[in-house]
Amino acid sequence: MKKSVAGRAFRKTVPVLVGYLFLGFSFGVLLTSSGFPAWLAPVMSVTLYAGSMQFVAVELMLGAFNLVNTAVVTLLVNARHLFYGLSLIEKYRGTGLYKIYLMFGLTDETYALVSSLEEPKGKESTRLYFFITLFDHIYWILGGVIGALAGTLLSFPAKGLEFTMTALFLIIFTEQWEKEQNRFPLALGVALTFVCLFVFGSETFLVFAMLALLAVLTAVRKTPLVREELPLGRGGRR
Amino acid sequence: MTALQLFLTILVIAAVTFFTRAAPFALFGERPAPAYVKYLGRVLPAALIGMLVAYCFKDTLFAQYPYGIPELIAGAAVVLLHRYRKNLFLSMLAGTVCYMFLVQLVFV
Repeated sequence: MKKSVAGRAFRKTVPVLVGYLFLGFSFGVLLTSSGFPAWLAPVMSVTLYAGSMQFVAVELMLGAFNLVNTAVVTLLVNARHLFYGLSLIEKYRGTGLYKIYLMFGLTDETYALVSSLEEPKGKESTRLYFFITLFDHIYWILGGVIGALAGTLLSFPAKGLEFTMTALFLIIFTEQWEKEQNRFPLALGVALTFVCLFVFGSETFLVFAMLALLAVLTAVRKTPLVREELPLGRGGRR
Repeated sequence: MTALQLFLTILVIAAVTFFTRAAPFALFGERPAPAYVKYLGRVLPAALIGMLVAYCFKDTLFAQYPYGIPELIAGAAVVLLHRYRKNLFLSMLAGTVCYMFLVQLVFV
């Protein structure tokens, strides 16, 4: 029996459906409870489509107008995406015009889904990646709209709702921790960032943390701390 | 901010976000990436997730009341629930509700 590509993509994205509706909802409520009009939710979710960055964006929009600061903060918050792309270069090679949208929609969750798929290359895999990216995008937009409407209609005691984002990252962290080869980088990332936060303060610590991470990871490159899993591990050669 | 400033701010965020997602493909799309870049592609995602976790606590008050206690309790709840139940939605919902309860009703 031949299953449609869209149907397969839908089944793959069900966990993200739940997560994005909820996270998008939180974003919508945060946006409107910060005093912004509800229609900004779909505008931002369609054009930005960046989970955590949209929470940070609300903070930026509440502050003084400063495009340079905005660009720097965005670059810092989204810098990890540079490395998502890096590990998908082979997979997305030859996807033609779809590639533009595939790159645009490369969020944490979509990356996690796509990078875990084992698909033979071809038209079908391209369409599968496309539908996964598209469905995730739609869930995110829907969640944001519902949240924005709810936030406008009801006075929602939203204090603490931003913890959704912390929870999501803790969940991804917990899942990554179970892959042994990831433990050293995970622990290093947490430790160095906290050290930089306490030393440099919450305004500038992120730059120092990223530089420190790059330096340490470069220094330990040849050590067993960051060895590849052999020979069946997912981090192995492709 | 005026409507125009808001529009420009969103535009800049969208442009930089797209840049971070598209740059690797533009740089290495047609030829194999150098070994060092491949190495970074392998270890950095995990390190950055660790960084993001710590980043979420940047506004937490560790040195004064409530000393980060709500964050610690809710964070521990998320990790424990997720280790033993592996249900993304449950972990996220329970952790957030727990945190909202703590900051709105307990540590006021």
